[in-house]
Amino acid sequence: MMGSENDDESHLHSSKEEMENLFLREDGDPLTINHVNGDKSNSNYRSAMSTLSDSRHPSIVVTPADSDPLFAPPSYYRESRSPRSKPNGGDRGSSYLEPPSYADVIFSPFDDISEINGSEDGGSRHSQSSDSLSRSPSSLSSDYIKITVSNPQKEQEATNSMIPGGSTYITYQITTRTNLSEYGGSDFSVRRRFRDIVTLADRLAESYRGFCIPPRPDKSVVESQVMQKQEFVEQRRVALEKYLRRLVAHPVIRNSDELKVFLQAQGKLPLATSTYVASRMLDGAVKLPKQLFGEGGGASSVEVVQPARGGRDFLRLFKELRQSVSNDWGGSKPPVVEEDKEFLEKKEKMYDLEQQIINASQQAESLVKAQQDMGETMGEMGLAFIKLTKFENEEAVFNSQRARANDMKNFATSAVKASRFYRELNSQTVKHLDTLHDYLGLMMAVQGAFADRSSALLTVQTLLSELSSLGARAEKLEAASSKVFGGDKSRIKKIEELKETIKVTEDSKNVAIREYEQIKENNWCEVERLDRERRADFLNMMKGFVVNQVGYAEKIANVWTKVAEETSQYGRESS
Amino acid sequence: MESTEQPRNISGSMQSPRSPSSHPYLSVSVTDPVKLGNGVQAYISYRVITKTNLPEYQGPEKIVIRRYSDFVWLRDRLFEKYKGIFIPPLPEKSAVEKFRFSAEFIEMRRAALDIFVNRIALHPELQQSEDLRTFLQADEETMDRFRFQETSIFKKPADLMQMFRDVQSKVSDAVLGKEKPVEETTADYEKLKHYIFELENHLTEAQKHAYRLVKRHRELGQSLLDFGKAVKLLGACEGEPTGKAFSDLGTKSELLSIKLQKEAQQVLMNFEEPLKDYVRYVQSIKATIAERGTAFKQHCELSETTKLKEINLDKLMLTRSAKVGEAEIEYREIKAESEEATRRFERIVKRMEDEIVRFQEQKTEEMGVAFHQFAKGQARLANSVADAWRSLLPKLEASYSV
Repeated sequence: MMGSENDDESHLHSSKEEMENLFLREDGDPLTINHVNGDKSNSNYRSAMSTLSDSRHPSIVVTPADSDPLFAPPSYYRESRSPRSKPNGGDRGSSYLEPPSYADVIFSPFDDISEINGSEDGGSRHSQSSDSLSRSPSSLSSDYIKITVSNPQKEQEATNSMIPGGSTYITYQITTRTNLSEYGGSDFSVRRRFRDIVTLADRLAESYRGFCIPPRPDKSVVESQVMQKQEFVEQRRVALEKYLRRLVAHPVIRNSDELKVFLQAQGKLPLATSTYVASRMLDGAVKLPKQLFGEGGGASSVEVVQPARGGRDFLRLFKELRQSVSNDWGGSKPPVVEEDKEFLEKKEKMYDLEQQIINASQQAESLVKAQQDMGETMGEMGLAFIKLTKFENEEAVFNSQRARANDMKNFATSAVKASRFYRELNSQTVKHLDTLHDYLGLMMAVQGAFADRSSALLTVQTLLSELSSLGARAEKLEAASSKVFGGDKSRIKKIEELKETIKVTEDSKNVAIREYEQIKENNWCEVERLDRERRADFLNMMKGFVVNQVGYAEKIANVWTKVAEETSQYGRESS
Repeated sequence: MESTEQPRNISGSMQSPRSPSSHPYLSVSVTDPVKLGNGVQAYISYRVITKTNLPEYQGPEKIVIRRYSDFVWLRDRLFEKYKGIFIPPLPEKSAVEKFRFSAEFIEMRRAALDIFVNRIALHPELQQSEDLRTFLQADEETMDRFRFQETSIFKKPADLMQMFRDVQSKVSDAVLGKEKPVEETTADYEKLKHYIFELENHLTEAQKHAYRLVKRHRELGQSLLDFGKAVKLLGACEGEPTGKAFSDLGTKSELLSIKLQKEAQQVLMNFEEPLKDYVRYVQSIKATIAERGTAFKQHCELSETTKLKEINLDKLMLTRSAKVGEAEIEYREIKAESEEATRRFERIVKRMEDEIVRFQEQKTEEMGVAFHQFAKGQARLANSVADAWRSLLPKLEASYSV
């Protein structure tokens, strides 16, 4: 592609940061939003969310005094809400609600403004002057956090005796600018490698079960072989930035300790990789034989708070697998099922929605390509006519040639102008319709949240059925023991041990049920929030898209109207 | 026999006659394409309606049925008889099979044929042509007979192509210094030839892009249609107000898709086709250049031969040979031929001078119209796009308060 395409992309990138128009206009009152406090306790989530949901309304765009109904004065930023980075035709100066979402964070108001140059004289109602309302610093909220990922560097693995030569890996500089009080400072930077991101993601998945956690970038081993190193690194850098921004945009996750540590702790990332697999592998290996032979106590209540994984969880996995099979076959269904129907319906709706989003995002891509092609071909045609004009002028013998060359020149330059407008229209369209792409990622997060619920339910069901079989065993032993006069010492001992196990299992069951209930609640809140945000996001997207189309169509119409006027002497119908 | 009359000022269908009764006029229209015949032999016939008050013509109005090959016949005859004149070009013969009978193609061809005949009718010399009269008036059987008779004698397009190539190769040979060309080498004429050849290149490129632009319109229309459908489906998954908003968006998108398809057709007919016509015209000029080259060659060669014969004759006269009588006859014959060749050549030169002026003026006018039509169409399209999207905004605004 031409060099200017790269410009477009980098503009795309920086504009994404810039396009933080965020307006909310209530009937008068400024919003005061309570921070979701730093308490990670999940039970606070609900109360926090309800506070926010009460105070939050979709924006009402107010028509200002001046003529353009699409302009509205800014009022203020919503606090503690990261606005979407999705531009909504911000150049058009329209105002929209930026709902909280998984998107990017507020930008600094001193960033460079739109790449769209050359405001056309007269013409469009939507002037592109930089009175683009969102830019005024005074409208900035008092609360922001912005993350940038930059500066990829190669580093050497510390000498590892097992692998000769030492391998290299890439680290990225992660810079945070914030005024949130939970963070130590206002501006800090750490270096992290991709493995650290994986660790962060895993830890978040453990701590925030039931939440719609933005999916992390892929490991994509194959791609890293296939792509040029630079391209791959750049792609990954962009993906990391997007991911981290989404994390801080999430109202609950942004306050997580794991994230804070990740963003702030200098040096090596002090987060243990998943509490299960790697670090405990040795542990698990030792305990494995006991587990396999059904000893070593019941599942501890700590462990039930997590889904069964590999390593030391073989036994649990087997049990839960057995349970899920028996569930499927309509075996004993524990009573924790009644809401399932509603849940299943919701799940299906989500699935349908996901399919339609996929479809729409594909068609959006085609639309973007078609607009791009139109612009390109229009430009190429204009250039061909410019060459013709030059040629005619050089070779002109007759006045009729000069006149024709003149007409041609107007035509050609207008075609080139129109072509530029198409390109600009398109780069804006991409930003708007990107909302659809973003939601694909979010749908995945929803799937994750639902999966958390299912696996938690499975754990509960497993424990319940284990309890019931333990109980049955105890009964049998007691019955047998009571037949023996004076007690059966060995049996009595077994019964006692069994009762111990039952007690532990009972505790675990209660913990598991609590966990399950909590996850259900998290699910519900998240889905509610997602639905609300999605509604606002999609409305914004549509509005942005439409305003953009209108603006550029007007510009293009002006260009051609002028040419039609200039050639009006030829205005009779051709035969 | 070539026409040497003074051209009358006959107005055609493109100009309104000042006073219909007294002012001579000749107006032709090509209309009503009808598909005739079956299978491979199917073809389109057109109604050619002539309105005139010229005495050479039968009556004020005459309607005949003609097919494409009849037009080709006319063009070939004129090309033979009116050397030096840029014969108006015909639309291409061949077309992709499945496209050959599409409504759009037929309409484009009809329009092009209409322009073709009218250009002839407007041309001061060509309008006098007997062949034109035959074409406009002869009944169908007579026309068929003429067509079959003449096609074998006169040059076919393939022959013309060969002549183009000859001219081109001669020019390049001269540049490469391969042989001493029997070519005119006046500066002005060289400039003209160079201009024409270069012009064709530029025009062809512009026309190619114009054609691609038509395709882009169609593609954009298609993608708007698909996008609209997808967005409507997405809306069906969502509750209010998003669902309704998506549905409205999708509907507008589908509507605009139709407008884009229409504009695609307009651009094709009103812009790309005139550009193609321009290219064809230039190619016709190249054919005339080839003819001029041939005529020049003949004129030179016969001049040479005449001189030689004259020298020979003088020699024989001096020696009082018995062959003098024979030689004298030969000499006179050659001289007459040579003079005729020279006259033909000079007529071509003169005609071309006038034709070039006419051509440039005509093309300025026609391109002006094409640019105007294109600009109007694009402005109209852009405005309806703006209007359509704009009409959504109040609804979207309303959605926010739901």
